Amino acid sequence: MGAILHDLVFDYTLRTVALGSAVLGLASGALGALAMLRRQSLLGDVISHAALPGVALAFLLTGSKAPLALVAGAGVAGWVATLAVGGIVRASRVKSDAALGLALSVFFGAGLVLLTFIQRRPDAAQAGLDKFLFGQAATLLAADVATMAALAAVALAALAVLWKEFKLLAFDPDFAAILGYPTRRLDVLLTTLLVVAIATGLQTVGVVLMSAMIVAPAAAARQWTDRLGRMVPLAGLLGALAGVAGAVLSSTTARLSTGPVIVLCATAIVLVSLGFAPRRGLAWQALRQERARRRLRSETVLIDLYRLAAQHERPADVAHARAVLRAMGTGAGSRRALADLEARGLVRRAGRDDWSLTPAGVAAARAHLAGRDDAEVAS
Amino acid sequence: MNRAIAAAERPGAATPAIEVSDLTVAYRERPVLWDVDLSVPSGILMAIVGPNGAGKTTLMKAILGLIRPAAGRVLVHGRPGGEQRRLVAYVPQRGSVDWDFPTTVLDVVTMGTYGALGWVRRPGRRERERALAAIAKVGMQDFVGRQISQLSGGQQQRVFLARALAQDAQVFCMDEPFQGVDARTERAIVALLQDLRAAGRTVVVVHHDLQTVPEYFDWVTLLNVRRIASGPVADVFTERNLRLAYGGRVAFLARDPGSGPDPATSEGGRGRA
Repeated sequence: MGAILHDLVFDYTLRTVALGSAVLGLASGALGALAMLRRQSLLGDVISHAALPGVALAFLLTGSKAPLALVAGAGVAGWVATLAVGGIVRASRVKSDAALGLALSVFFGAGLVLLTFIQRRPDAAQAGLDKFLFGQAATLLAADVATMAALAAVALAALAVLWKEFKLLAFDPDFAAILGYPTRRLDVLLTTLLVVAIATGLQTVGVVLMSAMIVAPAAAARQWTDRLGRMVPLAGLLGALAGVAGAVLSSTTARLSTGPVIVLCATAIVLVSLGFAPRRGLAWQALRQERARRRLRSETVLIDLYRLAAQHERPADVAHARAVLRAMGTGAGSRRALADLEARGLVRRAGRDDWSLTPAGVAAARAHLAGRDDAEVAS
Repeated sequence: MNRAIAAAERPGAATPAIEVSDLTVAYRERPVLWDVDLSVPSGILMAIVGPNGAGKTTLMKAILGLIRPAAGRVLVHGRPGGEQRRLVAYVPQRGSVDWDFPTTVLDVVTMGTYGALGWVRRPGRRERERALAAIAKVGMQDFVGRQISQLSGGQQQRVFLARALAQDAQVFCMDEPFQGVDARTERAIVALLQDLRAAGRTVVVVHHDLQTVPEYFDWVTLLNVRRIASGPVADVFTERNLRLAYGGRVAFLARDPGSGPDPATSEGGRGRA
């Protein structure tokens, strides 16, 4: 552990890769959260795949592999793809899911064609362009990270400044329009920020896997909080955590490429969040349901005992065999239900398997029946 | 306010709250609204009724400036909708938003103040107090910090209503506010709408239950792509107009003109078409 920390600070490659991954996780997590809430997670997928022809065209036009040029190309292509999706939905009867699939495959296919075309060229300048497919973090330079950090900072700053407007747009765009906000322009701006966030990750994670960094941190963060103001920063932090963890893990093992490991780390975070986040986690939900079922069963037994006893003058003094309760339909859970009730002091054992209500039990049963009657009247 | 009351008594005397002229809206080739004229005096409580697909929600969205008409225009307090949007508050159908959105009752209601706040500025203590006052008016003060998915349908409707109240608008447009709410909440909402009217505000409601129209509203517009009739309930909510709006399908007996204010009755129980 100490060695890893030491390397994180002093090892140039690991430090650069970890920083770059943290930046991409932060930006894509935060903006991915809003995309997810606007049901635009798939749009992230389209944007990142559509970046590929942008990267290739930028290389063909400029002849250089300078990250800013390639990222700019990626951004423009991703942006054009989102406009295409919007245009198809508005102008035709094609639904948005089909339009997203169409844009993704057409742009990605065009990117692959351009890539093969470039690779057939005799000069050596093109070497490494295919790394944009799955990313190659090891090629990151400090200057690349600085570019990515600047882009991410601009995107996050814009998100912070227009926070109120974007929240309104995400929750209820019609209402935003009625309040006089230009929703169309806000929508384009927020999508542009998403494009920028995706562009920051292409060199590290690649066009194919980048969409996971849009969806995964957002899905994980949603599990832990019910406030947008906490969910968005948390998604950013979880994305950064996945980025750094992936960078460190892949550095400890030779020939493990960073991008896929980052995505696996993000996936692990999602799985833990889906399972164990308080309230929304599956484990807690199951536990809550089991508790509710047990409580309901013991209440049924209590009421059954009361109904049996109420036929006598002094309900607390009569005992009934558990077999009678079973015959009334409580079934297999009656033993455990009686134990629960005994622990709560509502019933006591009167014989080997005979049970009677305590005075507290009689009162509880009466209160319960009265409450139920009230509920029935109210509904 | 005096002016508003005067306008209610003598429609057309003052600037109407809403004036729709020659409005035509089409989705693709199919007209949803055809050449609709409407003049709504301020300070009234108006129902928009009509069969499914009659264009009720579309009319409301056109008034709100949310959709661009193929022809015609909408004036709100004498000015085009786009200019005067903040004068209009909107209570959409409950299903129009994602109730699992990570936000609280207070947060949603505070959104009603965003229009007056303008760009970039964040809601402060004044906005918070306005939102809390609106929440108290709809009786939701015990749920201020509640996540909105944990509310019942009626409570969600009241949150939307509070958000509209926090807008402090002149005209309130509501799309089926009574859908899926229990009788008690319905009565509470009606009382609030009547308070708004008493304060000189104009309230327009897309409504489904024909039986309660005479009880709740003083003005009604019957719509079926075209405007069938619009005016005071006593004048236009007649069997003849209802037949025109709903066609022969509806077994609905409005009260006979002149036979007094008996609530309408229908063979099928609630007068849903």
